[in-house]
Amino acid sequence: MSALLDRRRAVATLLHEPGDLLVVSGLGSATYDAGAAGDRAENFYLWGAMGGAAMIGLGLALAQPSRHVLVLTGDGEALMGLGALATAAAQRLDNLAIAVLDNGRFGETGGQRSHTALGADLAAIARGCGWERTAIVDDAAGLAALVPRLRREPVFAVIRIAPAEPPRFLPPRDGAHLCHRFRAALGAG
Amino acid sequence: MTEAGWQDEVFEALKAANIRQVGYVPDAGHKRLIERAHEDASMRAVVLTTEEEGVALAAGAWLGGQRAVLLMQSSGVGNCINMLSLPVNCRMPLLMLVTMRGEWGEFNPWQVPMGRISQSVLALAGASVHRAEHPAEAAPMVAAAASLAFDSQIPVAVLLAQRLIGAKVFVQ
Repeated sequence: MSALLDRRRAVATLLHEPGDLLVVSGLGSATYDAGAAGDRAENFYLWGAMGGAAMIGLGLALAQPSRHVLVLTGDGEALMGLGALATAAAQRLDNLAIAVLDNGRFGETGGQRSHTALGADLAAIARGCGWERTAIVDDAAGLAALVPRLRREPVFAVIRIAPAEPPRFLPPRDGAHLCHRFRAALGAG
Repeated sequence: MTEAGWQDEVFEALKAANIRQVGYVPDAGHKRLIERAHEDASMRAVVLTTEEEGVALAAGAWLGGQRAVLLMQSSGVGNCINMLSLPVNCRMPLLMLVTMRGEWGEFNPWQVPMGRISQSVLALAGASVHRAEHPAEAAPMVAAAASLAFDSQIPVAVLLAQRLIGAKVFVQ
């Protein structure tokens, strides 16, 4: 068994020189990881709305068909919005990707085991929901191969990460500010 | 005015408000609107598995510069409560059209509890709430609600009364 990926380093790799990628991060550690990789207006950080990240990504991808959207979230957040995997797949978009940082834990609340540590397979669920391209990576080589796919393809990826919690990095949390700067960066508002 | 008449007017009000994404959990009261949305090339109709998905869809649409509407039944209002913190926190518009059950000639008692509290729940969660009782007021109310939502950037719900929709007939 390979050593599991460090989440902070993995997300730094995913979001290195992101170009015009639009990023929605799920509440908790995914938001901290995305902020730590480099704050930018085209990152929309969630600090709540658990279970909503994939659907925000879908609405954004529909509105911005010429841009690629990456939803970066955790296993707990994804599990709360499983129906969204079916809703998003049904729209058959080619500009929406979802990456789930899966440590099998609810990291914010004491590290309780999540369903992915208890038998749930998010990649299989995504396939069952209609995602034709899924990936599971658990090492640096797999992650490196995944990066360009997440920026160009409609792929659902599970990234297995170690359960260790890196130091908190707290990006902006004022929702109105995040919304305003995101829209301004797109010329929408 | 016929039933299809006021529903077509509501659809035209949504078109005039430049609504481009229509998230919905199907309801018989929204049947005509859903059909029209699917037929319209300028709109994307998105079937949802649960209503709070539509709140998040609308937030994503707004982030990307488009306007969305969420169509649901009163039983779905309860599913949306936590997700309504998203438009409230982010000062985003949200337009919701809610067909009411459990209030006018309802046959199914399971529809009554959520129907009775939908208006209060929406208001408590931070939405402005309008209520249409008569066919002639539905479309103007939706138009006004769209202006309020998108110009003032707040969540707005229009409740379409069961008296307006017509009580569901279970036994012919």
